[in-house]
Amino acid sequence: MNNPKPRGAEKPKSIVRSFYRAFKSLGTAIPMLLGVVLLLGLFLTYVSTQFIASVFTGEMFRDTVIGSAIGSIAAGNPITSYIIGGELMKEGVSLFAITAFIVTWVTVSIVQFPAEAAILGKRFAIIRNSLGFILAILVSIATVMTLRVVQ
Amino acid sequence: MKVMKDTENKVGNKGEEEKRKWDKHYDYYFFVSVIFLYLLLFSFDPESIYNSLKVSGNLFIQIIPVLLLVILFMALLDYFLHPKTVSKYLGKGSGIKGWFLAISTGILSHGPIYVWYPLLKDLRDRGMKSGLIAAFLYSRAIKIPLLPLMAYYFGALFVVVLLPYIVIASIVEGEIIELIGSRKRRNTVKYS
Repeated sequence: MNNPKPRGAEKPKSIVRSFYRAFKSLGTAIPMLLGVVLLLGLFLTYVSTQFIASVFTGEMFRDTVIGSAIGSIAAGNPITSYIIGGELMKEGVSLFAITAFIVTWVTVSIVQFPAEAAILGKRFAIIRNSLGFILAILVSIATVMTLRVVQ
Repeated sequence: MKVMKDTENKVGNKGEEEKRKWDKHYDYYFFVSVIFLYLLLFSFDPESIYNSLKVSGNLFIQIIPVLLLVILFMALLDYFLHPKTVSKYLGKGSGIKGWFLAISTGILSHGPIYVWYPLLKDLRDRGMKSGLIAAFLYSRAIKIPLLPLMAYYFGALFVVVLLPYIVIASIVEGEIIELIGSRKRRNTVKYS
């Protein structure tokens, strides 16, 4: 008599099947990714550096929070954030605000939030982005304070 | 009493079913909403919308190589990586090794953040800690190829001071997310 296969025994894997599963997994995320790319297109068209510079007030803490908030809304290639940051510096915006802006540009994203919530979970996305926002303010304060001590 | 309980269960199940349905189609609703936003703005300002489409097209072309890389990673992970291995290096008992791995791969990862979400979900399903996912995502603020550019705009000293703080913030964020997660699990066990 043949020994019956144990229940739940795994089938031998094939690389083709692994690729199929990877394509399928990413394929389900495509509408979300396309939506995010289209939103980014809108953002990069409508929001200019001059507009961003006009939002800052000159008050240090408020500007840091504003920098963190604008960086959270914005997204895209980090090079863009450095260029905008450089322009903001020329406009006289404080380094606290610029640091918070370039850190949240990458670590927090409102535009990409729907994709993060759908794929990694709403709760995770809310907590991660909120913490990222607060930590960017702390990182910017710590960085500029350290620079002041060192220089 | 039993009839009431059954009715409550049915209502509860219906609500859950609707929520599942919403969750399942959430990405499509989001995509359709963005298309509607484009159509709406097109009626006011067609030139800017053409420009937005051009910018989006360029962005999409830029992410194609990263998408292919992610597919390759996902397939290789599926083929070679057993959930036990992921648990060992990135799971509950991974310790400093886990943090080091998550932060260093976050620093080395390329392309936009949203392209990495499916891969991270895959890894979490195989046992990766949520805190390490958060640390990976935060440490992406350090882009090694872009450091010279950052130094050009803000000075080399700025870069030297900022980078360790970003690493510390990655760990802090990851630890807080782990703490919140473990508290939630404790409460679920307590009240179940």
